[in-house]
This record gives sequence, structure tokens and C-alpha cells, in this order.
Amino acid sequence: MSETTPLALELKHVTKVFGNIVANDDVEMELRRGEVLAILGENGSGKTTLMNMISGIYHPDSGEIYIDGKHVTIASPKDAFSYGIGMVHQHFKLVDVFSATENIILGIHEDKFNLNKSAEKIAEIAARYGFEMDPNKKIYEMSVSEKQTVEILKVLYRGADILILDEPTAVLTPQETEKLFRVIRRMRDDGKSIMIITHKLHEVMAISDRVAVLRKGRHIATVDTASTTQNELTEMMVGERVSLNIDRAKIEETPDRLNVSGLSLVNFEGIRILDDISFTAKSGEILGIAGVAGSGQRELLEIIAGLQTPTSGSIEYHDPSNNKTVDLRSKTPLQIRDLGVRLSFVPEDRLGMGLVGNMDIIDNMMLRSYRKGKTVFVDRQPPKALAEKIIDSLKVVTPSAKTAVRKLSGGNVQKVLVGREIAAAPTVLMAAYPVRGLDINSSYMIYKLLNEQKENGVAVIFVGEDLDVLLELCDRILVICGGRVTGIVDGRTAKKEEIGLMMTKAKGGETHVE
Amino acid sequence: MSSEITGKKIKEHEPLITISRRKSMAFWVRLAIRAGSVLVALIVCGLITRFVTGDDPISVYSTMLEGNFGDLDKMWYMFYNLAMLLGVALALTPAFRMKFWNIGGEGQVLIGGLATAVCMIALGGRIPDWSLILVMLISSVTAGAVWGIIPAAFKAKWRTNETLFTLMMNYVAMYLIKYFIERVDQSGSHTVGPKLLSHGWLPTVLGEQYLLNIIVIAALTVIMYAYLNYSKHGYEISVVGESENTARYVGINVKKVIIRTMALSGALCGLIGFLLVGGFSHSIDPNIADGRGFTAILVSWLAKFNPFTMVVTSFLIVFMDLGAEEIATKFGINPSFSDIMTGIIIFFIIGCEFFINYQIHFRKKAAKEAE
Repeated sequence: MSETTPLALELKHVTKVFGNIVANDDVEMELRRGEVLAILGENGSGKTTLMNMISGIYHPDSGEIYIDGKHVTIASPKDAFSYGIGMVHQHFKLVDVFSATENIILGIHEDKFNLNKSAEKIAEIAARYGFEMDPNKKIYEMSVSEKQTVEILKVLYRGADILILDEPTAVLTPQETEKLFRVIRRMRDDGKSIMIITHKLHEVMAISDRVAVLRKGRHIATVDTASTTQNELTEMMVGERVSLNIDRAKIEETPDRLNVSGLSLVNFEGIRILDDISFTAKSGEILGIAGVAGSGQRELLEIIAGLQTPTSGSIEYHDPSNNKTVDLRSKTPLQIRDLGVRLSFVPEDRLGMGLVGNMDIIDNMMLRSYRKGKTVFVDRQPPKALAEKIIDSLKVVTPSAKTAVRKLSGGNVQKVLVGREIAAAPTVLMAAYPVRGLDINSSYMIYKLLNEQKENGVAVIFVGEDLDVLLELCDRILVICGGRVTGIVDGRTAKKEEIGLMMTKAKGGETHVE
Repeated sequence: MSSEITGKKIKEHEPLITISRRKSMAFWVRLAIRAGSVLVALIVCGLITRFVTGDDPISVYSTMLEGNFGDLDKMWYMFYNLAMLLGVALALTPAFRMKFWNIGGEGQVLIGGLATAVCMIALGGRIPDWSLILVMLISSVTAGAVWGIIPAAFKAKWRTNETLFTLMMNYVAMYLIKYFIERVDQSGSHTVGPKLLSHGWLPTVLGEQYLLNIIVIAALTVIMYAYLNYSKHGYEISVVGESENTARYVGINVKKVIIRTMALSGALCGLIGFLLVGGFSHSIDPNIADGRGFTAILVSWLAKFNPFTMVVTSFLIVFMDLGAEEIATKFGINPSFSDIMTGIIIFFIIGCEFFINYQIHFRKKAAKEAE
């Protein structure tokens, strides 16, 4: 790749403003023919807005777009196609009951409608780039990665030679990611230009030729991947030096806290969500839970927290100080609390379950404690003090403690939630995807908080999606697939690929109960 | 972001008008926009009245003022109407804060009134008046509560739609009153008046027949404000309304809160029925609630469920209503004229919320020059 490689796409002074928010500010960017350009940036840095302007969904307020050196106006996604630009969105747009072929040719006006011919053409494209695909398979029978393949084939079929992939690996296992990367490399060698949006650094290093870094809507720099490091990229992305280390202490004494055995859940449709789950969570340890999204993680945590009733199995809480064991199964959250079990839970759905978006920080602090006191009135003084303490100690960026939490950014919302749950001095702390959507600094603050809790002797259960983080943070990792435990590995010695395999081990996890 | 779906190549940079959400707005600006909308509404009302009656706009307004504050009797009547409408709105508000759309206020008021009337007929003259009033109070509040609990229990247990359910309960209450009238009154007058309901009249305060009801509602306003904002129950109501999942997560018994809150809402509606029948009209017919069960929904919404703001919104509606009624009488226009006036003012009040929440941008000139 040299400086003289022809440019496929060029952005000049592109600016887009939404209300008071400048989503993209005077962005300059170049995409060469036959290269993979990674677009790197934190949430809210303007990556998706920029890509949406290239693919005709938005229109820039000012600035120009050039394709093959010619100034173009892209007024619609159709326009974008006519210039050979195809975007694969993070959320798939497919018709479930149609086959792959039917989905791919949907909306294309060809001279003659001939499904078989189209299927042949699709198979040919698939073979050229190394996709594994059955053109006649229906979408609802497909796995997530197969659906993604259909989306990519859809844009290739329409003759796109500039492909934009929006966070394509977010939903894939390591093996599937590797497969996708092989395909991307073949497309690049075939002369296609590929822009891939991501915030995972190791993937940037693995797949891209160059990296364009965005921060707060501005284009910071475009660098050659080979001549940069992960630390350098992070610094550009965040705007300051951050340490990417997670200190994992080894706690000597780790008595059992929570014994889950034979836990099963069959939902009202008769689908087995959890199947014979057994594990032990120990004090002074972070137990990671790895698995493809929707493998039963949410239900597992909700059952432990007393929000759902399992079909069978037991949950026993063990108190090492007096050697007593209590049964938590089928107890409501209040009953669990009355048993003297301090169980804190940071749910996946922060504003829909953990917090009330329209209430201010003080009232959200009160969620756990409003029952205190004998009068019929609530006492807002203690929660106010707690809110101010959390704002101060966790550096929550907010106008005041009286600001509705939905007005805060994702990272600050999470700090409020985690802060409150930790303030309850838990003995068991469960956190589901606690860093999803968070910026790097906030993410590392959350890891630090979890580690502190662990060092204080709390049994921490951490449901995560980023295997690299799970391997750096957790002492043990429980892998589940389709509601079944497929392995428990040591976080210090396990390999990513090994966990990836376990995540997809049991095929067709959803089994119907007769 | 809209015109780009057409597929044609438009050499245009941006739609002419884009609308975006406002971030925030100073309190006084919001107040000014709302006050302005009322002003514009009054001007439009004046113009329309001018057009229909030929009266000049200034005298239209003075006629409206006259209808409300013309003499002492009118003023008392205005405050009484304000109190009764506000009372129903206060009763509905706990349910609304819980996002339980109780549109059965009318029926709950009616059933409370019916219970009162039944007590007056059945026990009137047989027991001392003070104990009769106590029985009337208890039975009207209970009847209203039952009318609230029934849809709430179905919602909590089987997730039935509360809007339809409460609406239907209105008709049940209405027909029960009709049945009651048929049974008690043989004259066929479709109303059971003070002659039959001769016992159990609420005492007058300082010789003013309206004053007791007004005092009760004033007290209720303060109590309701404290209940909603400072009590544990009020807090639970807000949490359940915002997110049932969060409520479950912190161990709130959602079903219990739904039923308890609707019992309260219905009970207070029943109380209004008691005040209407026992405290003022001493008669019963299916129109005693006079649509307040529905108008109160509006009062509550416009005030964003804040009891003190509801005083203002119910005044606004009562003022328009009585003012337009006065115009209708003075010029001999159909009484529906007052509904038109009320409609106009509500249109403007609700419409101005758009300008409070959203900002309108016009395409910048710079974009055109870039062509």
C-alpha cells in the first residue's frame, strides 16, 4: 500500500450538527482502493453518523464527498448504491421467513426475476470470498453470523466496492470473528475498500491497514496500523494517557458464598432457557460468566436476585462467619434481604431495571433504602448524602444531584448504579455487562471497583461479552451455551480460543420440552 | 432526515425545516410560552365570539369575567365548580402517576353519589343526622374504592386493559343510578330530589352552602401533594409508574401497589360523589358528575400531575366554561358554544408544549451557497 494508491472515497470538511450537538466537526478522511480502514472511536465520537452520511441516510450540513475523485451528492441509500457504497448495519434488516436469496434480491430491479439464477450468482460470490452459505436457507434458521453473511452478500450482490461494516464483531464468537476477518482480507485482495467501525483495539490491529481515530466528532489522525500500538491508539481515542491494566489480586482465603446446583428454567412457551446449571461463587473471587448473548445469562442472574422463579434446582447462600446456610430459591428480593443476605445486582438494563430514568440521582439512591424509618414519609437526607458521596468519589459528571439520571451519559448512569449497589456493602455482587457502551475511562473505573469489592471479600459474579476483559479480570470463568454450563476454566490460564469453542459447543440450545 | 427516501437525485443539501429536541429551557421562558398560549387562545376566542355575536372583543372578555366574578353568588359558584373539578382531578392523579389510565372517574363519582343517596333514603329519619352522615361518608368512599379496585385487580392479575375496563365501569354506575331512580321515584321525573333525600344534608359553614366542599378540597390538595411527593406510598407509585421492572427489582409488590392506589383513587372519587349529593345538590341523577370525571383527566394532565398546578388548570377550564356559558345566555347562542371556547383554549395550551420540547431550524443560507 503506497501513497499513490488511488482513492476510493474522500471526505472534505464534513460537518453534521444535531440540535446543539456537533456529531461531526470538519472531518477529513481518505479511503484507498483495496484497503481495510478501521474507524476507531468511543461511543458518541461520531463514527456511526459519519458512516450514515456516506451511505446516504443523513446529509452533511457542510463539506463534500468525493468518490474516485469526483464530487458527489449522496441523497439516499439508493444513491449510495449507485456509487458502489454498501453498508452493513449492526442491526440486521432481514425478512425472517424469506430465504437468503430472497432477502438478497429484495428490492433490486433486474431484467428478469429468476430465483435459481440469482441463487447461482450468490453462490458464486460466496465461493469467491470464502463465505460458507446455503442460499436457500431461511433466515429464522440461521445463526447470528450466518445472518451477517447474508447482509454482506446483499451489498456485494449489488456490486458494492466500498463496504462499511458497523461493529461487525460485536455479536460474534472469536472463531466466527476469525472467519469474518479471512473473508474481509479476501475482499480487500480483490480490490474492495472496506471501512470497519469498531472499538476493540486488538481487532483493529488484526484486520486493518490503516486506522482513522475519531474523538468527540473530530478526526484526530489516520495512521498506518503497522506503525502504531494499542496504547498510542487509546491515547488518541481518549485524549489522555490511560493505563490499560487490570490489577488482579490473588486472594488466599476464598470460602464458598453461593452454591447453585441443578438450576433449570422452562419459560411459559415451554422453551428451556436454563438447563441444569451448577456452580459455586466464592468470597474474594470474581467469577466470570461467558457466553453468546442470550444464552440464559440474564435469567440466571434474575433467578438468583429473586426476580424469577426457577423450574427446579437450588440456590444456597453460605455465611462463613457463622457457618449458616440459607435457601434463596423462590424468595422475593425483600425476603432475601430480610434473611440478612446482602445481595447487590447491577442489571443489564440500567435505566429499565436498575434505575428510574426520570427520577433524579437522590431518588434513585433511595430505591434500595426508602423503606427505612417508621413514619409514612420518606427521609431524603441519607440518600442525598449518599448521592453526593458517589458523585464525588466516582467523579460522576452531572449538573447536580437533582438531575434526572436519563440525562446523564452512559458512563455516568452506570457509575450511579454501581455506586449505589456497592454502597449497600454487599456480600454477593452480580453485574451484567457493566461496561457495555461505556467509554474507556469509565470501563476501567468499573473494573477497579469490582476488584476492590473482591479484595474486600465479596463474591463477585461478572457477566461479560469481551473475552479479553474476562480473561484479564476474572479468577474463574463459567462458560454457558444455550442455557447449559459447558465448562468452568481458570481465568489466569485459559485461552480465548478454548472459551470460544465452549461458547458454541452445544448446538441448538433451545430445546422444547415435551 | 425525511426527504432522502425518494430515491431521486435531489441536488438539495438538507430539508428546509428540521425539528430537534430541546435540551433544556429556563423556567421563566417556559412560563412565558404557556402564558402566551393562553393569551393567544383568549384572542382567538374573542375574535370568534366577535364573528358569531357581533359583540366587540373587549366586551366579550368582560362578559366572561362577569360570568365568573359578576356578583357574590357567581363567585361562590365558580369556586364551588373549581373545587369539585379539582377534587376529581386530585382523585385521579395517584393512578395517573402510576401510569394507570383511570378514565372511570365519572363512574366512581357516580357510584359514590349513589351510595350516599341510598343511605339517605334508607336511613333518613331513622337514625340521628350526624350518624347518618357518617354512614353516608363510609359507604360512598367504600363504593368508590370498590369501583376502583375491580379494574385494578383484573389488571394486576390478568393484565387487562384498564382504560377500557374503567370506561365500561362508568356505564355500569350510570345504569345503576337509573335503576335506582326507577325504583324510588314513581313520578317519572328521572331525578330523585331534595324532597326524597330530606335527611343527611351536610352542615353549611358560615351560612355558605358551598364553603364546606371548598374547604375539604383545599385540604385534600395539600394532603395529596404531600402524599405523592413525600410519602413512601407516593414514592412507590412513582417507581411502579416509571418502570415495573425496577419496582420488582427493588422488591416492591407491584400488584399490591396497583390495587392500593386504585382503591385510593376510587375512594376519593366516591368522596366527591358524597360531597356533590350530600353537600350540595341533595338529589341524584346520572348527570350529577357533569362530565367532571373526564374533564378532570385533562386538568391532571395539563398540570403534569402536580396538585398545586391543578388549581390553576382547573380554574382555567372552569373560567372558560362559565364565561362561555354567560356569553351563550347573553346572546342567546346554543350552549355548545362554551364547549367550542374550552376546546380552543385547550388546543393552544397543549399545542404550546411542542414549542417547549422542540426547536425548529430552518435550512441555513450557507448550505444554499455551497451549490
